[in-house]
Amino acid sequence: MSATTIKLDDPTVFHLEEEPHHEEGSSTMLGFWLYLMSDCLIFAMLFAVFGVLGGNYAAGPGPKELFDLELVAINTAMLLFSSITYGFAMLAMDRNNQRQTLIWLAVTGLFGLAFLGIELYEFAHLIHEGATPQRSAFLSAFFTLVGTHGLHVTFGIIWLVTLMVQVSMKGLIPANKRRLMCLSMFWHFLDVIWIGVFTFVYLLGMLR
Amino acid sequence: MSADKNDHSPESHDADHLGHEGHNHGSFKSYMIGFVLSVILTAIPFALVMTGVLPTQATALIVMGFAVVQIVVHMIYFLHMNSKSEGGWIMLALIFTIIVVVIALSGSLWVMYHLNTNMMPMTHDMTNMGS
Repeated sequence: MSATTIKLDDPTVFHLEEEPHHEEGSSTMLGFWLYLMSDCLIFAMLFAVFGVLGGNYAAGPGPKELFDLELVAINTAMLLFSSITYGFAMLAMDRNNQRQTLIWLAVTGLFGLAFLGIELYEFAHLIHEGATPQRSAFLSAFFTLVGTHGLHVTFGIIWLVTLMVQVSMKGLIPANKRRLMCLSMFWHFLDVIWIGVFTFVYLLGMLR
Repeated sequence: MSADKNDHSPESHDADHLGHEGHNHGSFKSYMIGFVLSVILTAIPFALVMTGVLPTQATALIVMGFAVVQIVVHMIYFLHMNSKSEGGWIMLALIFTIIVVVIALSGSLWVMYHLNTNMMPMTHDMTNMGS
């Protein structure tokens, strides 16, 4: 940003004069949305792989023997709760209430950790039963799709903790607000992807 | 000079307005509406599959329909999307992504389904080949 400011002082600039009117980071939201859309394509490919290979059990266990819908329902609730608590954090941020923002972010992080913990417990349980990613094409596709989502949640939690430290050190400055808005989009986006996962992998898997 | 200024003032006002729209975080009410709708739209598919009251085909269709509705609910009440945010570019990017995703998903399933049926016959299919 400082490079642009230096350029503006230079009399021989060749860009439109309206440009300086854009406030700092005004295009960040759109740019981050474009990233999310490309991420969406990654998940679409993984869903396509699961759709193609989801029925190839290689004489191994299928969804009916492996999945525990009650556990998935609890997991879904964890992610949904974390979405609403992140929303409360954003509302607290709008009121410039730093303490409440941090509290709601912490609650969101705990729900995220609960989600990850339950998912890892499920994975460990599956692997213990011999349903490893190497067992069948169905299980490879399952672990890749659900694992990629879990990895996103993991990085979301790391990002969340980083932002909590930044907010507590520097307060709710415009840059931190922008970062919190990006993470908000990321977090709600992950919840949208999870809707696809629990519908197509777990619920339709049980009907297969 | 003054004409130039007049030309620019509505534009800058518009940009200001759009910038404000883009920073819309909703209200407590909109988050709660989204949350309650999501809980309902999640609980019904889970209940249908767990109890199995309806035939499989009907359950599958209802579950998929609820998922689509819930994704729209999330986008409106949690992601605060509307056709005006970021000057319409968010919506344009979303529509483009949906088109690519639909082509990729339906294309993959269509091609691979036909590939399966057109594969070299396995031993148990050989008998059909002879007749």
